[in-house]
Amino acid sequence: MKNLLNKKNLVSLVLLVIIFFVFDYLIKARILTPYYRTVLYWMGIYIILSLGLNIIIGITGQLSLGHAGFMSIGAYSAAVVLASNPTITGLFIGMGVGIVLTMIVSFIVAMPTLRLKGDYLAIATLGVGEIIRIVILNMTITNGASGISNIKMLMSWPLLFGFVVLTIFLTNNFKQSAIGRACIAIKEDEIAAEAMGINTTKYKVMAFMFGAVLASVAGSLFATTYYVVKPETFGVNTSINILIIVVFGGMGSLSGSIISTIFIGFVNMALQPYAEMRLISYALVLIIVMIFRPQGLMGAKEVALNVLPDFKSFFRKKEKSS
Amino acid sequence: MTQFIQQLINGLSIGSVYALIALGYTMVYGIIKLINFAHGDIFMFGAYVGMVAITTFKLNFFAALIVAMAVTALFGVIIERVAYKPLRKSSKTAALITAIGVSFLIQNGTQLIMGANIYAFPQIIANQYFDVYGVRINLLQLVIFFTSIILMFILQFIVKKTKLGRAMRSVAVDKDASVLMGVNVDNTITITFAIGSALAAAAGIMVGLYYIKIYPFMGFAPGLKAFVAAVFGGIGIIPGAMIGGFAIGLIETLVAGYGSTLYKDAVVYGILILILIVKPSGLLGKNVKEKV
Repeated sequence: MKNLLNKKNLVSLVLLVIIFFVFDYLIKARILTPYYRTVLYWMGIYIILSLGLNIIIGITGQLSLGHAGFMSIGAYSAAVVLASNPTITGLFIGMGVGIVLTMIVSFIVAMPTLRLKGDYLAIATLGVGEIIRIVILNMTITNGASGISNIKMLMSWPLLFGFVVLTIFLTNNFKQSAIGRACIAIKEDEIAAEAMGINTTKYKVMAFMFGAVLASVAGSLFATTYYVVKPETFGVNTSINILIIVVFGGMGSLSGSIISTIFIGFVNMALQPYAEMRLISYALVLIIVMIFRPQGLMGAKEVALNVLPDFKSFFRKKEKSS
Repeated sequence: MTQFIQQLINGLSIGSVYALIALGYTMVYGIIKLINFAHGDIFMFGAYVGMVAITTFKLNFFAALIVAMAVTALFGVIIERVAYKPLRKSSKTAALITAIGVSFLIQNGTQLIMGANIYAFPQIIANQYFDVYGVRINLLQLVIFFTSIILMFILQFIVKKTKLGRAMRSVAVDKDASVLMGVNVDNTITITFAIGSALAAAAGIMVGLYYIKIYPFMGFAPGLKAFVAAVFGGIGIIPGAMIGGFAIGLIETLVAGYGSTLYKDAVVYGILILILIVKPSGLLGKNVKEKV
């Protein structure tokens, strides 16, 4: 612990502070118009989502297509609590409720389904996502198909920034920890990992629940950013959008997910008037990336580690000392 | 009792459609171990081709069926050659993600070309009812049921009695050994895709006639249900897909009839998860030990 304040960590801390105040200034000075602020919020929320999915797909190698389902649990929990308590405390309570619900649901889902291999798991999680959506569609507290609207807007740059940094910190530590290494071993070869004494089910469930909880947190932020939550917002397409981001950035590369989210955020913004062309080009990109570079653009590499050695700890702010 | 028989008949007619789609899933899975995620969208494509054939070219039901099957088979071949063939050697996950990409591409491509609006499928089968002891049987239901059964018999004939079918079965068992026996593996896989896509197109036309509405995202729910059917019967096994299709159709109509229409899809997906947990190899499947 004594090296906690080493040079690298200080550099990253300074960088984070600079990023925070630059954007804070830009928003306060109204250089970033509300439109660009929405883009910024979108990027932040999707960074949390894609990092969560990357933990499941990229690190542990379990293809999950139910990410939007867990996102909807967080979103609806926040929306319901915010309706009666429209304060920042309400948001945190809602988020907490969402996290607890997601942990329960994802545990129940993960225990049996994670015994399945590859593509079966993908279909099973797809089914789970759909079941969550149908249940939400038919409950009264969630107001059925019309969803919950007029959610109190509490999203702000400090809030977003805090959660994104926290997520990066947690996921990166997860990846570096013994748990993360066990997960990577499972991804590489499940039978070999088992032979090395890794309790594969336990680690797969842990990774799955961690990713699901992150999705739930992102869902809560989503609800308070966009005022409205509807069941159809959290369909399969949303899960696939997150998957595209993760695949594009590289499965197993956390910094890849962050970069690809930011990149796709800008592309979305630029292609706003051509919504259909945008979706088609994403599908094409997904196919082409899979054919020519199945490991994703960055593979499992982290940009901060190889290209910019000095910025190493930018993506791992307070890594525990060796 | 009459109501129960009525539900059974409804279930059998929609079940035969699921069975047709499930056959495509199961054949492709049997031969290259890929869940063709885009199969539901190939089914949607078939429905659109059928609609164009009927409205623009004024074809009758059977001519439209044959045209749609042929065009969609070609479409399936193109997809296989362009998207899946380069991935024969890569990981299963990569192939599955590609399939998701293809699915996304077909959906959004159709939306771009045909528009997002819902089309009404032209109703070319006369709206006639037969009363059999108080049970109403629609002519359309009979057409759907018997067309599906005939198509399944043709498929069974191709797979069991022809040289092509023998090649398909041998590739499914062992690819390398088939090559040594002089089977052209690539062509066999392509033809399997073509047959699966043709069956999906037939199912697309029938769903169009049955539910009237067709739209670019219509393939998702029937596709997923047909997949459940294929898993139910034992994926990779052709009779399994037929049994599974009918079973899922019956379960769905019975849940809708006696329980809640709102939860019928959730029940089907729940069954999927249950089967995967209890007996992943399906009803007719055998347990295969994993080799290290």
